[in-house]
Amino acid sequence: MSTTEQNTANCKTLDLKTLGLRKVNASLNTLTDSSEHFEIINPAGQHAIACGLQSPLDVQIKGHTGFYCAGMNQHANVTVHGHVGVGVAENMMSGSVHVKGNASQAAGATAHGGLLVVEGDASSRCGISMKGIDIVVGGSVGHMSAFMAQAGNLVICGDAGEALGDSIYEAQLFVQGKVDSLGTDCEAKTMLDEHLETLSILLKKAGIKADPKAFTRYGSARKLYNFHVDNAAYAANHHSGVTS
Amino acid sequence: MNNNTPHTTPRYSNTFDEYTLSEIRRAATTGVYDIRGGGAKRRVPHFDDLLFLGASMSRYPLEGYREHCGTDVVLGDRNASKPLQLKIPITIAGMSFGSLSGQAKEALGRGANAAGTSTTTGDGGMTPEERGHSEQLVYQYLPSRYGMNPDDLRKADAIEIVVGQGAKPGGGGMLLGQKISERVAGMRTLPEGIDQRSACRHPDWTGPDDLEIKILELREITHWEKPIFIKVGGARPYYDTALAIKAGADVVVVDGMQGGTAATQEVFIEHVGQPTLACIRPAVQALQDLDMHRKVQLVVSGGIRNGADVAKALAMGADAVSIGTAALVALGDNHPNYEQDYKALGTTAGAYDDWHEGQDPAGITTQDPTLAARLDPELAGRRLANYLNVMTLEAQTIARACGKSHVHNLEPDDLVALTVEAAAMAGVPLSGTSWVPGQ
Repeated sequence: MSTTEQNTANCKTLDLKTLGLRKVNASLNTLTDSSEHFEIINPAGQHAIACGLQSPLDVQIKGHTGFYCAGMNQHANVTVHGHVGVGVAENMMSGSVHVKGNASQAAGATAHGGLLVVEGDASSRCGISMKGIDIVVGGSVGHMSAFMAQAGNLVICGDAGEALGDSIYEAQLFVQGKVDSLGTDCEAKTMLDEHLETLSILLKKAGIKADPKAFTRYGSARKLYNFHVDNAAYAANHHSGVTS
Repeated sequence: MNNNTPHTTPRYSNTFDEYTLSEIRRAATTGVYDIRGGGAKRRVPHFDDLLFLGASMSRYPLEGYREHCGTDVVLGDRNASKPLQLKIPITIAGMSFGSLSGQAKEALGRGANAAGTSTTTGDGGMTPEERGHSEQLVYQYLPSRYGMNPDDLRKADAIEIVVGQGAKPGGGGMLLGQKISERVAGMRTLPEGIDQRSACRHPDWTGPDDLEIKILELREITHWEKPIFIKVGGARPYYDTALAIKAGADVVVVDGMQGGTAATQEVFIEHVGQPTLACIRPAVQALQDLDMHRKVQLVVSGGIRNGADVAKALAMGADAVSIGTAALVALGDNHPNYEQDYKALGTTAGAYDDWHEGQDPAGITTQDPTLAARLDPELAGRRLANYLNVMTLEAQTIARACGKSHVHNLEPDDLVALTVEAAAMAGVPLSGTSWVPGQ
């Protein structure tokens, strides 16, 4: 074992600075049913750290990361003790990613499942094209968040920027603070008991204390789902004297 | 004026021709732009405007029926540990399950396998049937990311990041409600029956610098095994190719405006993007300027129909070509056998392009189980294999006539152009002259 790979009390420490990205990811990217524990030190904002994980590992990243941290995650539970760059947990399928700091844009983009928690703020396009993931943001999100969001839940404990939920499909958005503007085809919805329950569970999972009743739910008005066709054939025929 | 006053004969306008008038009437009736499948139908400079010179006093031909003329191609050996090894330089372009029936996708796989080449998924993800019937399968990574998951990514033999498409550079996918069946909707996480209009931009990267990082992520997830293709529409082929190389592509796919689509606006298909012929020379120039020609492979698509087109694209510097529309025709699309059905749809065999409506009499561009059952995947696969073999034999015939022992040895010096436009686009002399317009 190299000096940069250390096992201590069932936790393996990987030093990204000395091992390099390929070796770190290769160490994590193994198929196992056991819940192994890893700690990555010296991430130094590098990109694609801990992406493509396939096993129920517990991974603690001690510092800031760059783009696509924990991208396409399956089963693993990844915690980032710092801020993350673009596309954290993008296309996640399952497991969880917990960011102690802030997230750059496109957090949780296109993700199908799992739980993404951002304790701080997330930037623009948070949850863009989300396909089933649950995202809980402790702070605020930027513009165009939940753009074309298809499924899943986006919980925003702070405020939302412009054009929230533009062209949204069946995802549900919960916002505690103010919304600068709603995007096309996104509207406020009635908060029913089932929604309060969903929200309550997500806040609890994220470890964030907030009153579900203080949130407003948003979703699709479903007016963009199909092309609008004005079949004016009769009118045209009528005015031109054409009969058929 | 009396009845004996001479009348001029009825005169139709060249500007307001019959098609234009019908489109104005259609638009006035529906309030929706015209949507169709296929690629540009207008006349544009194309491979027909080029000719090979063949052997002569200064060129020595190979025996047409005997001497070896290689056709194999390796795609993606710049960075990937497992590049695609193809027997022929003709691949099957990306077409989705959803836009095509399951039977059609199976037939494409069977035909490609028999010919020793690859097929490609489309917008909507990979089906187990598709993976099972394609020995070499390229997995498209599209802006919508419908059905994208890391398991399928690892099952793929190559990954094609789709930035653009020749039929609609700058546009996203489209699949109308008639084809959003329960299974298609489930794969795409969409409500059944909606008119799906996909994103045109990738959600988590915005330029070549970001794309370089995205490619790093994809390589890390797939252990640096899979070749990464970048597909661009025929917009700015020099800069698009250069930037794709910079971003780390192993293979660049350039799709001209004759390249087909499952569905998009007619106005987009006919008025945005450049002809395939106009795209090749700038793309090759970019590769050469960066010393990446034959290191990063160039695949050209959009209107490839026969072995002559293949040979001409290769002579201009491409490493391989890709076919979509022609492959569907080989399967049986627009076959005159279904003329009565085409007439019932208000069209005729050879002109049918309402692929988005899901009523394809040939059972190819449909999700209707009854129509889809019309296509026998084994027979259709054999037809495609035959067609690919003929194209390959034709390209070899031309290459041998030009004295080349491999189709990749064809070169621009083997070509002349029949028109000034084609000469300028292809960068080869106008026939009978030594004039290359623009040089």
